[in-house]
Amino acid sequence: MSEAKKFLYVNRRAPYGTIYALESLEVVLIGAAFDQDVSLAFIDDGVFQIAKGQDTKSLGVKNFSPTYRALGDYGVTKLYVEKESLAERGLTEDDLMPIIYEDENDNFAEKPSLIFVDRAEMAKMMSEQDIVLSF
Amino acid sequence: MKLSILVNEGPYTHQAADSAYQFTKAALEKGNEIFRVFFYNDGVNNGTRLTVPPQDDRNIQKNWSELAEQYKLDLVVCIAAAQRRGILDEGEAKRHGKGEGAANIAPGFRISGLGQLIEAGIEADRLVVFGD
Amino acid sequence: MPTLHMVNKSPFERNALQSCLAHALDGDGVLLFEDGVYGAIKGSSVSGDVEGKGGVKIYVLGADLGARGIESGRLIEGITVVDYPGFVDLVTSHDRSQSWL
Repeated sequence: MSEAKKFLYVNRRAPYGTIYALESLEVVLIGAAFDQDVSLAFIDDGVFQIAKGQDTKSLGVKNFSPTYRALGDYGVTKLYVEKESLAERGLTEDDLMPIIYEDENDNFAEKPSLIFVDRAEMAKMMSEQDIVLSF
Repeated sequence: MKLSILVNEGPYTHQAADSAYQFTKAALEKGNEIFRVFFYNDGVNNGTRLTVPPQDDRNIQKNWSELAEQYKLDLVVCIAAAQRRGILDEGEAKRHGKGEGAANIAPGFRISGLGQLIEAGIEADRLVVFGD
Repeated sequence: MPTLHMVNKSPFERNALQSCLAHALDGDGVLLFEDGVYGAIKGSSVSGDVEGKGGVKIYVLGADLGARGIESGRLIEGITVVDYPGFVDLVTSHDRSQSWL
């Protein structure tokens, strides 16, 4: 295998109503083992995937939101969140789970994985990818 | 050019499986190489041999199997998604105690891990996603 | 480094087309197919968004137009109708494809 490719996972759907958010996350976890340059984008209803306070006990389905917080352990540390998508839904950055990673190149300092960008910055980031996956 | 295809929806309910098939066929007829077609989410249902569509309708599974035969296509069904939805090969049927004859994977399809999707993205020049 | 954006949902049911257009860059292409072809009809409540996206080239899959009884005379000016081989050409002539699912 030559140079790492830039893989982007685009999340545009809310969790639980359909399986897409969960099965997208499963691909991210498996893909992390391939040493590619991985980013995630949360736009439109995708921002609901990382909302804090998710509690699925009464539904009888698995709460997979803690898995996003573990992504840093898999080397997945670039989670782009679109500011306009948050604002359109009445959300602020404080409504999201804190997601951090330990930077092994910086004495394992804790750093935020969530990168808040506006729509133009999101569009530019998308245009720099090799592979764009959506589910 | 070398292409990979991802199919996220099953046959009949969504048009995605038809679109993916027509696209794949056109790409092959134009002389492109298809590195792999990967079936994920409900897309794994494209790979069951047990569907019996009406005679005046297209048989989506059969279309895939015939295309695979003609062009030596690699049709891969995701194992995790397939287990959730009851798509089994001989080995999986045995491993999960589903009994003799429970295997329903269609000819030309094989069951494998999600890593095959990532590899399809790495190896191909383009990855095209069909879904809902 | 142009992107081919693929939209397969009616803009009257979901926001895939609107979100796609909001993220497409000058030089990109947008292919409308499946129920996405309803976004190609002129004089609708969304056709202004499509017409206003000057630097982006819009394509529509003829097979899906035909299936839905949409004649080419009803399309927004400047939209190019392609067949499946043309769809393949669009994928290979752009640097990546992005499906707006």
